[in-house]
Amino acid sequence: MDINDVYNLLKKVFEDGIGELKTGIPVEDCIYVEAGKIEAVCFFLRDEERLQFDALMCLSGVDKDKTTLTTVYHLYSYALKHRLTIKVDVPKDNPVVQSVYQVWSTAEWHERESYDLLGIKYEGNPDLRRILLPEDWEGHPLLKDYKVQEFYNGMKVPY
Amino acid sequence: MPEVRTEEMLINMGPQHPSTHGVLRLFLTLEGEIVKDVRPYIGYLHRCFEKHTEAMTYPQVIPYTDRMDYLNSMSNEWSYVLGLEKLMGIEVPERVEYIRVVMAELQRIASHLVALGTYGNDAGAFTPFLYSFIDREKVLELFEITCGARLLYNYFWVGGLSHDIPANFQSKVKAFIKEFEPNIKMYNDLLSYNKIFIERTANTGILPLDVAINAGATGPILRASGLKYDLRKDEPYSIYHKFDFEIPVAEQEVGTVGDSWNRYMVRIKEMVQSLRIIEQAIDNIPEGDVSSAVPKRVKPPVGEIYSRTETPKGELGYYIISDGSLNPYRVKARSPSFVNLSILPKISKGHMMADLVMILGSLDIVLGCIDR
Repeated sequence: MDINDVYNLLKKVFEDGIGELKTGIPVEDCIYVEAGKIEAVCFFLRDEERLQFDALMCLSGVDKDKTTLTTVYHLYSYALKHRLTIKVDVPKDNPVVQSVYQVWSTAEWHERESYDLLGIKYEGNPDLRRILLPEDWEGHPLLKDYKVQEFYNGMKVPY
Repeated sequence: MPEVRTEEMLINMGPQHPSTHGVLRLFLTLEGEIVKDVRPYIGYLHRCFEKHTEAMTYPQVIPYTDRMDYLNSMSNEWSYVLGLEKLMGIEVPERVEYIRVVMAELQRIASHLVALGTYGNDAGAFTPFLYSFIDREKVLELFEITCGARLLYNYFWVGGLSHDIPANFQSKVKAFIKEFEPNIKMYNDLLSYNKIFIERTANTGILPLDVAINAGATGPILRASGLKYDLRKDEPYSIYHKFDFEIPVAEQEVGTVGDSWNRYMVRIKEMVQSLRIIEQAIDNIPEGDVSSAVPKRVKPPVGEIYSRTETPKGELGYYIISDGSLNPYRVKARSPSFVNLSILPKISKGHMMADLVMILGSLDIVLGCIDR
């Protein structure tokens, strides 16, 4: 199945839950999905016989622009040997995305990392804590407008 | 008989502990000696790799990728430059491809030798560790005569290599193969089929295949669970389609498919296959210039790519977003050890605490790669 077929199939099942299909950008095409529908879409992608995306290769958070954060899902199917990229845009003032932990347990740590470094909140993740930074760290470093805190527990941070 | 008081024990293992293979803290819930729960705490080696990349030009990132999985720097670089080459549409000269394959396979052997040695060490077998480090040293010497560095190379550049191989490289590699090949049997005699070692590792930490796929296990961990999958064969990059080699998977030889012993054994068998690839490649390196395709300025067009390769630890992927400038907009590294470690709680519950050390060792993690 090529990306157009996948897109049409998703559009037929989920209608408004699926955003636009982006092709033509160099190297990789992607499909946009609504933040509140991502879990259902992912269950469908995993369990549908023609798709069988049984593995989540990578989940990345991206600071897209001044108002938007993006979560990018790179999926792979060991059964059918094809891949797919899904994106979810959320506004910076309310960055909440459904967790896909129930679909692929790989997502648990990846979502924690994305939460830690960008502040995207994954609803339904069983253990949404910081993972790489200390728990009492302030701010989310991968945001483009991030400014490092001056002191951390009495220690000077920027040098 | 008076009633014995029992209660759960909460224990910290690490962050400084020899069997955690780096600075890793495991928070254990124990009932006597039985592990009820494991919670890994990571981040002690976090060096803001992804944030740093945004302030650097594309080639400047390469030395930083070296420092992620420091036992495996060649493969780290490869995945990154491969992504950029695809993004920019650079055709890499044949000579470069051959040298890259040789280097990556030598690196695989070196990395697996560390895995082997330290794993024996975990089990209390100190001797194999000494032998494996002697062999690894020979590989590092080959890297050193090529690019001057033993561990962190900055050798793979976008479109080419930093240095050509020296004139005596091929003969030295062949000498290494001759010396190293019989040693694999020695390792098998010393460690792999050692009764005590088998008792410690077989049937512990069994990872069923469906869990492995769902949890994102890759590399030797996935193959030890029984799936014959290797990116070098199933999503061939570079010139791997030209070589004849097998993908070792777990067999019903010792223990159960998916246990610690099989995870260990897959690595030993992979070293044999790596030798086969090097043997095929080393005599066929074509003439040419290794830096002819290196661009003066690395400035990819607007776009993005997820590029992945098969490193000794598993699938290493870089998600690179380019906004058309000289600096990457975003580089996300999907490190194999990060995902493989997240499986630990799933496979260690109900085991003895001493077995936990063996299960953790069998995952072959490098904390530099996990924390980035």
